[in-house]
Amino acid sequence: MKIDMSYGSGGKQTGNLIHEVFLKHFNNKTLNKLEDAAVLSVSGKIAYTTDSFVVTPLFFNGGDIGKLAVCGTVNDLSMMGARPRYLTAGFIIEEGCELALIEKIAESMAAAAKEAKVMIVAGDTKVIEGNGGIYINTSGIGEIMKEKISITNCHVGDVVILSGNLGEHHAAILSGRMGIENNIKSDCAPLNSIVAGLLKENINVHCMRDVTRGGLATVLNEAADNSSCAIEIWEEALPVSSEVQGFCDILGLDPLYMANEGKMIAVVPEGQAEKALMSVQKSKYGKNVRIIGRVLEGSGVRMKTRLQGSRTIDVLYGEGLPRIC
Amino acid sequence: MKTLQQVKDELRQYNGKPIKIMEVCGTHTSSIFKNGIRSLISSKIQLISGPGCPVCVTSSSYIDKLVEYSMKEKHCVLTFGDMMKVKGSKLSLTGAKAAGGRVQILYSPLSAIQLAKDDENTKYIFAAVGFETTTPIYALMLEEIISNNIKNLKLLTSVKTIIPALQFICENEKNIDAFLSPGHVSVIIGSSAYMELAEKYQKPFVIAGFEGEHILAAVYEILSQLGRHQPEVKNLYVSAVSEEGNQKASALISRFFERTDDYWRGIGLIENSALRLREEFKEYDAGSSFEYREEHMPKGCRCTDVILGRISPEECPLFQTVCTPMDAIGPCMVSTEGACGIWYKNRERR
Repeated sequence: MKIDMSYGSGGKQTGNLIHEVFLKHFNNKTLNKLEDAAVLSVSGKIAYTTDSFVVTPLFFNGGDIGKLAVCGTVNDLSMMGARPRYLTAGFIIEEGCELALIEKIAESMAAAAKEAKVMIVAGDTKVIEGNGGIYINTSGIGEIMKEKISITNCHVGDVVILSGNLGEHHAAILSGRMGIENNIKSDCAPLNSIVAGLLKENINVHCMRDVTRGGLATVLNEAADNSSCAIEIWEEALPVSSEVQGFCDILGLDPLYMANEGKMIAVVPEGQAEKALMSVQKSKYGKNVRIIGRVLEGSGVRMKTRLQGSRTIDVLYGEGLPRIC
Repeated sequence: MKTLQQVKDELRQYNGKPIKIMEVCGTHTSSIFKNGIRSLISSKIQLISGPGCPVCVTSSSYIDKLVEYSMKEKHCVLTFGDMMKVKGSKLSLTGAKAAGGRVQILYSPLSAIQLAKDDENTKYIFAAVGFETTTPIYALMLEEIISNNIKNLKLLTSVKTIIPALQFICENEKNIDAFLSPGHVSVIIGSSAYMELAEKYQKPFVIAGFEGEHILAAVYEILSQLGRHQPEVKNLYVSAVSEEGNQKASALISRFFERTDDYWRGIGLIENSALRLREEFKEYDAGSSFEYREEHMPKGCRCTDVILGRISPEECPLFQTVCTPMDAIGPCMVSTEGACGIWYKNRERR
């Protein structure tokens, strides 16, 4: 069955959509009340964020827009040292979208929320003219577990830890768009368990960032600029799977600039580097964690190449498009 | 046989006469930065970029024509992403799209066939830009168009060939000592394509792959050739490049395309430097023109000097001051394969 404009009317069809799809899967006491707003209890300081998801294709190897919408907001909260607690979800659905598709997305969101231990406590649905697309906005609240984790807080002498392989989400999405069959899976995953592990081990984490759009290069530049320091990374230490590297070589892409959806950097004091490494490694999503570089005095990001040459690493400009030749 | 370390040591310690090596291909320029090659070799060895970015040398009137097509009712322009931001005399394709034109980015030219089949009411114009590397794919595309009897997909071509451009540079730019020949193009045209140039102009033409080690080996080979005054063609990319090249691909190209004179943006007319569709395939051509039209180069832009290896991008007064990838003035700043864009992204930040 396809969604038509009547599903956005606020009347009977909208009610059916909410009950039979969203409440069925997101099912929790707060949401089920269908009040105008969720009333929540939290303790201490909170982190609060929002993100919108417009990815095509909606389903890709390793995930879908629903999983992405939950993990994206969960990860943004986690990077501030917060324990994600509550999410809201807004759906903008184009007419012509299959109801079964929406249900599959809702199911996927529910599974991701369960894994990340967050509740989806409020939502909204709108239907617009179009061609069967779907866009999702999520916002989220998390309780701060450790303060002062900030992009401005990298210290000279710290080391930079990367939680795993680069470029997998970007390569999976591009493969989907280009109709290329391969085994590359998006790394889309909630990172709250990695963060909880680090904080439980009393690692004095100075800065965390999930490595999403713009890739590692952009994130490191943001950290260096905002913390008024330089960052040096080592090409040999960067984890990239041979399949993603091959994909990049063919298309002229650089894993340093590719998006990930389940990877993060943590900047920690050198003395705690090994302990932090072991902590991340214990998590399901941190098996390939590496120490990739260190914070130095100065500015900008530099890479020591495999040949021991030196390369400047700038932010991403424009879109990372496959090259022409 | 030298070890990598010995090669690196010798290149770092080189203290002979200053030499200028032109890397023809944008992918080499990119790899030189990615591997930090300049930091590994003596400052007496200067690596300069050449004309090997197809987007950079495509004439502004060609882009104007694409823009015009995108605005026409029931027309849609299909292009590689790279072409989107290069300005014609007024607009780029990105600008045309924002102004209501229909432009679609393709990752593979062959997906144009499906688009044309799915929507017969739209006339699709494919922006066929490139060098010898992309041309065989356009030839395959034409085969598909013909065998599927597709009437609503045509090519607007701007396909260049590299040897005449190198000849032009050898003839007019005397200060270049050697050439790092392009890897991908050489796969198609073969190492023998450079023989005549090497002999006539007495310059080394060394073909290399794209890994850092490949480039170091090529620079080392060039130094050795210059040292013993024996410039020649040397193929160091034997895993992919043969002496004759890919003859199947070359045959496919000559079945559909023939040589013609063409204008290179920023350079001017170069004889026999382009490929156009043969007369019998004219019905698949969307009106590609090889006639001279006034070339639009932005005021103050020194892309011409960059392409011809006269200056490095940093020596252009617009570089980084008003010309950046976010707001590109010249074509070399726009493309991912363009010298200025690559230099900008890898520049030392102050």
